[in-house]
Amino acid sequence: MIVEMVGFSGHLGDVIEGYSARPVVPDPTPGMVVLHHAPGLDPWSKEVVRKFAYAGYATVAPHLYHRRGPGDWADVAAAARADGLATAMPNEQVSGDIAGTAAYLRAQPGANGRVGVIGFCSGGRQAFLAACDVPSLDAAVDCWGGSILPRQPDPAGWRPHGRGVIHRAPDMAMPLLGIFGNDDSNPDPGEVDEIERVLTELGKTFEFHRYDGAGHAFFCHDKPNYRQEQAVDGWSKVFAFLDAHLRKDDAHVHLDH
Amino acid sequence: MCTWITEKVPMTGRARGVPEWITVTQANVSYDHPSCAPFDHAVLIDFVNPGDGVGARIAIELSATSALALVSALNQALATPEAVSDLHDQSIAAAPVGSRG
Repeated sequence: MIVEMVGFSGHLGDVIEGYSARPVVPDPTPGMVVLHHAPGLDPWSKEVVRKFAYAGYATVAPHLYHRRGPGDWADVAAAARADGLATAMPNEQVSGDIAGTAAYLRAQPGANGRVGVIGFCSGGRQAFLAACDVPSLDAAVDCWGGSILPRQPDPAGWRPHGRGVIHRAPDMAMPLLGIFGNDDSNPDPGEVDEIERVLTELGKTFEFHRYDGAGHAFFCHDKPNYRQEQAVDGWSKVFAFLDAHLRKDDAHVHLDH
Repeated sequence: MCTWITEKVPMTGRARGVPEWITVTQANVSYDHPSCAPFDHAVLIDFVNPGDGVGARIAIELSATSALALVSALNQALATPEAVSDLHDQSIAAAPVGSRG
């Protein structure tokens, strides 16, 4: 695979950076947009990009805090956190950056024309938003995205009121996969129930997988929340879903996941 | 006067520094996902100088229990006679001129 930092046009034509990994194969390749979690475009997020490339997807993770840089990813993320940006970036900006990433992937030689998105934590919420707001995408995966439903401010005033993105669900224009841990608190199981109810009522195409014994971020093998059994099964669900929607017309080439 | 008094408290966390001294003009404190400390959430303290870019940052990530121990140690250190005296002087210096006694 070829791994590099790349630049491309995001929201309003802003040039943003992204971490790119793409397989060197003769076959047409689908594209994937990876949305990093709230701590930033960290080493684990970059490993996820390479994991997709290893599985045959040309993949880019846009650095969603790029505008707060330049600098080391951890320092940029800390500055974004201090500004409240980690959870409060304008939806339009996020959607614009995702659309720009998808356009970049489609323009690459060998692209099969289909692009999906996957996001983790705050990126999961952004993937849900993209499913409703970036119609150029073909499939979306939300991994434990918090604050999809409106959040009430807590009594201590630490958590501001959040409008959520569930109100955009009527516009969802692609299949959605959801991966959740039943020990998570944002989203908690009741909130996942509510998201399921809304999507069902709207007749949207979606599948949710909900894991006992797992909480937030249970794919992250560099965090204490990692749960090996649930993560292995969850990744298998992710790749089955993406292979079905992004490779459906290709001569199937078996690649390890 | 040199006090030679040091509060030592066990800590569980992670820290990241810079090779040279930096001017610190602001501290950002939050309870959120850490970058490195082995917790889902941690007390994150960034000593920064925003005017010098995002890299002017000393980062500390502590367990909630460790952060409470740090607060206690800070209060202990500030209870020494020298600190009490300096706090008194600094509060007078910071007060509006007309209110100084």
